[in-house]
Amino acid sequence: MAPKDRKPHVSRNPDLIRGVGKYSRSKMYHKRGLWAIKAKNGGAFPKHEKQAAAAAPAEKPPKFYPADDVKKPLVNKRKARPTKLRASITPGTVLIILAGRFKGKRVVFLKQLTSGLLLVTGPFKINGVPLRRVNQSYVIATSTKVDISGVNVEKFDDKYFGKKVEKKKKKGEGEFFEAEKEEKNVLPQDKKDDQKTVDAALIAAIEAVPDLKSYLGARFSLKAGMKPHELVF
Amino acid sequence: MPFKRYVEIGRVALVNYGKDYGKLVVIVDVIDQNRALVDAPDMVRGQMNFKRLTLTDIKIDIKRVPNKKTLVAALEAADVKNKWESSSWGRKLIVQKKRASLKDFDRFKIMLAKIKKAGVVRQELSKLKKETTC
Repeated sequence: MAPKDRKPHVSRNPDLIRGVGKYSRSKMYHKRGLWAIKAKNGGAFPKHEKQAAAAAPAEKPPKFYPADDVKKPLVNKRKARPTKLRASITPGTVLIILAGRFKGKRVVFLKQLTSGLLLVTGPFKINGVPLRRVNQSYVIATSTKVDISGVNVEKFDDKYFGKKVEKKKKKGEGEFFEAEKEEKNVLPQDKKDDQKTVDAALIAAIEAVPDLKSYLGARFSLKAGMKPHELVF
Repeated sequence: MPFKRYVEIGRVALVNYGKDYGKLVVIVDVIDQNRALVDAPDMVRGQMNFKRLTLTDIKIDIKRVPNKKTLVAALEAADVKNKWESSSWGRKLIVQKKRASLKDFDRFKIMLAKIKKAGVVRQELSKLKKETTC
C-alpha cells in the first residue's frame, strides 16, 4: 500500500455540532464495515505481529555528571524572510516616498529585495531619483501602475547597494590630511549604465501614458482641505 | 413658509444616517408618529425613523405597502432614477462621490486641467480689458 497515493480521508460521521457526531458507536461500527473485515478474517480483527524493537546500542554510563543542572536553550524555529509586501504594491506601482531626501517624490517600484526593502527608480531622468532601496513603511502606494515588462531587474540585490569596503591604509602623519581630500565619492560608470538601461525601457512605457511623465516629475504635497485619511490613492 | 414636501405614501426620501446611508427609498407606510415603513429595490422592506430620512421632491404613485414587483414597476414608470440624477441635488451628490473616489493621478490631471482653463480665461479677460481701455 503506497500511502502517498491515498486521498485525505473524509469522516463518515458528520458533525451535528462540534464534538457531537450524527451516528452512534454501533452505527459507526457498521458503517466502517468492521463486521465485514472480521468476517473475512474468520471472526477476529486482523492484526500483524509487533515488529521486534531494534536493539538499542548499549549506552555506557557517563564519566562526568555536572554539579548543577545545565539549562538548555529554547528551540528557535524562526526563518528569516523578507517583510510581507502590502497587496497594493506590485511591480510597476507608482509609490510616493514620505521621508528622506526624496520625500514627496513619485517613484516607480521595481521589485522587493531579499532584505525586504523595495527597489525603486525615479526614473532618474524624470525626477532625479536613482535606483534606490526604500523601506515599505515610508511609502504610500498609489493605484497607478506602469508597464514594467521591458525591464530586467535580475542583477540588483542588496549587495549591489552595500557600502564599498576599502582596504585599510596605514596612516602616516603627513599623508593623513592629503588622503582625506582625495576621497570623493565618484559614482562608478557601470552604475550609471545600469541606471540608463533600466530607465530606457521604463521611460518608453511612461511616455505612452499622457501626463504620466509630468506626474512622476512633480512632488506630492498636502494642500488645503486634503484629509489624508479620506484620500484615495 | 408652508411646507412643500410631505410625508406620504410614495414619497421618495434619501437616507441620511445608518447602514443604508445615501440610498433613495420610498415611504411605503407610516407606522407611527416617528417611524415609516420604507422600501427600495435593493433592500429588504423595513422601518426607519423619520429623522433618518430627508424628503425629496419626487413622489411616485403607489398604494399602501405594495409588493416588490409593483414597487419596482412604479419606480420605472415615474422614472425616479433619471429625475434624481438630473436634479441639482442628485447631481451634487454624484460629483461629491466622484471627488471622493479620485486617485492621486486623477487629482494631478485635474490640477493640470484647472491651470489650463484658468490660463485660457485669463487670456480672454485680458483681451477684453484691452478693448475697453483703448
